[in-house]
Amino acid sequence: MLKSLAISQIYVLDQGQALDFYVGKLGLKVRDDQDLGFMRWLTVAVPGDESRAILLERPGQPSMDDKTAEQVRDLVTKGRAGGHLFFITDDCRKTYDELRAKGVEFTEEPTERPYGIDCGLRDPFGNHIRFSQPTSVASVEQSSSGKQRR
Amino acid sequence: MRGTPSIVPPPRHRTRTCCDYAVSRAVEDSNLRMLRARDAMDRTYAQPLDIPALARIAIVSEAHFIRTFRATFGETPHRYLQRRRVERAMFLLRQTDRDVTEICLDVGFNSLGTFSRSFRDIVGESPTDYRNRGRGAAAVPTCFAMAWTRPSSFGEARERGRG
Repeated sequence: MLKSLAISQIYVLDQGQALDFYVGKLGLKVRDDQDLGFMRWLTVAVPGDESRAILLERPGQPSMDDKTAEQVRDLVTKGRAGGHLFFITDDCRKTYDELRAKGVEFTEEPTERPYGIDCGLRDPFGNHIRFSQPTSVASVEQSSSGKQRR
Repeated sequence: MRGTPSIVPPPRHRTRTCCDYAVSRAVEDSNLRMLRARDAMDRTYAQPLDIPALARIAIVSEAHFIRTFRATFGETPHRYLQRRRVERAMFLLRQTDRDVTEICLDVGFNSLGTFSRSFRDIVGESPTDYRNRGRGAAAVPTCFAMAWTRPSSFGEARERGRG
């Protein structure tokens, strides 16, 4: 039986720029940054929730040929490469204001949804990011399932 | 830190000339500009959106905008926006009891006539018939619902949706 999700991956077109954005602006922390020779293994995580990492992978050789990498880059910048990240926050509007002050451009301002208040943005490459402040019922479930996991 | 020579790749980008890169970077930059305009349509579909405004968001000329948007996403900005508005109307018809006329204005149409005609053309039935069939929707994040329930202008999904 599977136990937990450890790493998910998204494509970024430049790992330095990705760090500036994900760490410098969104406030994630670097979990691993290793030159493996064949690739730079770069993962980030939400501070306090480091069991779940996001691998920031650069499309290119040797994992794929140049033409394929170009296709991936094309799709990423069209917002259709499948990069989606959903975060949870305690206060969506406050987080929105803080990130706006840091120069983050949003695609959607905080909006009330059946599941909570959430808003949307893109990273510098076209990947789609949201963060939600779940409605109280959802947040209760969230925290109790979190306790069970531990 | 380097591995054995046989698996170490050539340094980044060696196999391509700077010229190849200039071309693909230009495509990526253009994609991101078009994406910015498309995001604006997804966000402010209810407001009057014209080509000059969208071209300004994408920071390109108007003529270039329509052509490039179509080349990037496979449909014109006008079609994209019209289907976004219809998608939002379908959502409101399913989820609320609001009057069709109100919904029409809410999603950015100026007249009930244009709305009803566009809705019928795209969905294949009138707003009222659509509502009466009472299709439920699972509670998925809105961004996915918006991406997947926007009626396709590419034909195939439209046929499937009718089946």
